[in-house]
Amino acid sequence: MTTRVLLAKIGLDGHDRGVLIVARALRDAGLEVIYLGMRNTIDSVVSAATQENPDVVGISVLSNIHQVIAPRLMTRMREAGLDDVPVIFGGTVPPSDVQLLEDAGVAAVFPTGSSLEDIVAFCRSIRARNSRASAAAVESAP
Amino acid sequence: MTLTSAVNRGATPRERFEADTREVRPAQTDAGLPLDLLYTPEHIESLDYDRDLGYPGQYPFTRGAYPTMYRGRRWTYRQYSGMATAEETNERYRYLLARGQTALSVAFDLPTQLGYDSDHPLAVDEVGRVGVAIDTVDDMDRLFDRIDLEQVSVNFTINATASIILALYLAVARRRGLALDRLAGTVQNDILKEFLARNTYIYPPAPSLRLCCDIIEHCAGTLPRFNPISVTGFHIREARASAVQEIAFTLGAACVYTDEMLRRGFNIDDFAARLSFHFATTPSFFEEIAKLRAARRMWARLVRDRYGARQERSCVMRFFSGGAGAWLAHQEPLNNIVRTTVECLAAVLAGAQSIHVMAFDEALGIPTEESARIALRTQQILAEETDIADVVDPLGGSYFLESLTNRLEDAIRALMAEIEELGGYLRALEAQHLQRAVLDRAYEQELQLQHGTRPIVGQNVYVDEEASATIPALQDVPAVAPEQIARLQAFRATRVAAQVHRALGDLRRDVESGRNVMPALIAAAESGATLGEMADEFRAVFGEWRPQL
Repeated sequence: MTTRVLLAKIGLDGHDRGVLIVARALRDAGLEVIYLGMRNTIDSVVSAATQENPDVVGISVLSNIHQVIAPRLMTRMREAGLDDVPVIFGGTVPPSDVQLLEDAGVAAVFPTGSSLEDIVAFCRSIRARNSRASAAAVESAP
Repeated sequence: MTLTSAVNRGATPRERFEADTREVRPAQTDAGLPLDLLYTPEHIESLDYDRDLGYPGQYPFTRGAYPTMYRGRRWTYRQYSGMATAEETNERYRYLLARGQTALSVAFDLPTQLGYDSDHPLAVDEVGRVGVAIDTVDDMDRLFDRIDLEQVSVNFTINATASIILALYLAVARRRGLALDRLAGTVQNDILKEFLARNTYIYPPAPSLRLCCDIIEHCAGTLPRFNPISVTGFHIREARASAVQEIAFTLGAACVYTDEMLRRGFNIDDFAARLSFHFATTPSFFEEIAKLRAARRMWARLVRDRYGARQERSCVMRFFSGGAGAWLAHQEPLNNIVRTTVECLAAVLAGAQSIHVMAFDEALGIPTEESARIALRTQQILAEETDIADVVDPLGGSYFLESLTNRLEDAIRALMAEIEELGGYLRALEAQHLQRAVLDRAYEQELQLQHGTRPIVGQNVYVDEEASATIPALQDVPAVAPEQIARLQAFRATRVAAQVHRALGDLRRDVESGRNVMPALIAAAESGATLGEMADEFRAVFGEWRPQL
């Protein structure tokens, strides 16, 4: 089973170069990518995440709204019962804001200039962890 | 006295050079054109001085748009900036003007660019984040408070809502009793490249193109010093297109606009001289200079040969050049000052009419007052402390540069021919061919960056973790939505509702009938209609564009 990554841009920002490159790198590495495109809302991302059952959700923001939307997105993910799906952020996130996003529950932040290999490795590691977790769940089942 | 060489005695100098350099590593330009080690007269044997270069200010304008270039008039310092609110932005403008900036360039927030008032549900999180929020004619007035608009030229980086922003600006001009023939400035108004790269489109391509040409048509009759469009390769390049793609796609778009104006019954000489352009300069120094000289020559030839211009001035490509931000590094941001200096130098040596230098912290966030000042100072130091502005096209005639200019022109022409084979620019754009071509190239380049085969100091070579940690103070963007929304609502409460209603009705009628929308838009702006209300009239008739993924 391949790792399934849901990617989206939230808000009005149109800078999609980074997210499109990440999508291609993930696909080239054999992962499955669902890209929702630009101008999503928090609700449209959460509802897609509910339907598509991804292993990771990746959000790209280059319009300086990461600090506003990250906490809200994480809350909505929890409300939708998706707290086990790690959310990662990419884009122009200044180093001083990384902690803020992580405190909100974001699993990892990959600012512009990050290594594609790191992003791929992170998404793969989630899959491995989830597989182990579900294997453990099966074992403990009656 | 004759010098003798130990080896190759009797060989010609050229034979010796070839023998000495056989092992040299190959090199190519950023766009992938192979580079020789040395350029000689042989490389430019086919160059005909009068036909291909000529004199500055004369066809084909390879050497410059104006005869005296910077000795007659220095290029315009046009730093792009927009803070959250009209007041703050006005303060930054007056700060920069007081320090020698000579023109303004307005950065708008995303709701303004996409036709949403600040209290729209999709807008609230984004008000004032990446530029100034403009909802009303009063906001526009505040933006230019205590700035003489007959003296300062203003560049508006606005596309999907360009017609509305221009209407709000003209409403302010009328309110202040300014002479329209003295207003100088530019609306970017290049919607086609939004579909290709920048992505702040609203309506589908066809009605978007109509609005764009309504502006060109309106300005041709009433605003002789205003550039109704800045056909822009900048963002295509920022999306990591090559120099060849940047120029081919920009000239392709310029031809679409021109064709539409001719279809409307205009003569090429009625509007071509007011078309302006905007390109990027990256640290690929010589290629950028050659690219821009090639672009100027190609446009001149297109306008004369394809469109049959009779007036020489119709053939001039005037351009605004912006240093590329995509080449700036996150790590050790002060190093970016060196990169932006090289970019600015290339723009000057290519003969740009106005220049923007990126702030060194642009890769991290909205520039601070200090970083914005250093960007302006970079231009001033180059203009006033060096000798680069004293001679027109100082690199002209270089075997290397002329050869590179010719080869870039060939490569650009070949790509334009390919687009024609795909069914023309509009079809290639709608089918996402152009977007895919840029993405392919961007991905390839990203892999080079990732693997360090394309070095960026501090990012993939000479990485210094300790230095990376030191980041100058960033501009904190405060939440301005409540303040802006309160002001917008107060504005709505004071206007005469019946007048606004009637003006919007008139606008809708003109949108539906196909008449030029500008007169009704200006009347609506004066009546107190907001940006979002005017954009909604267009939305109701045109719908919104959703690209295929």
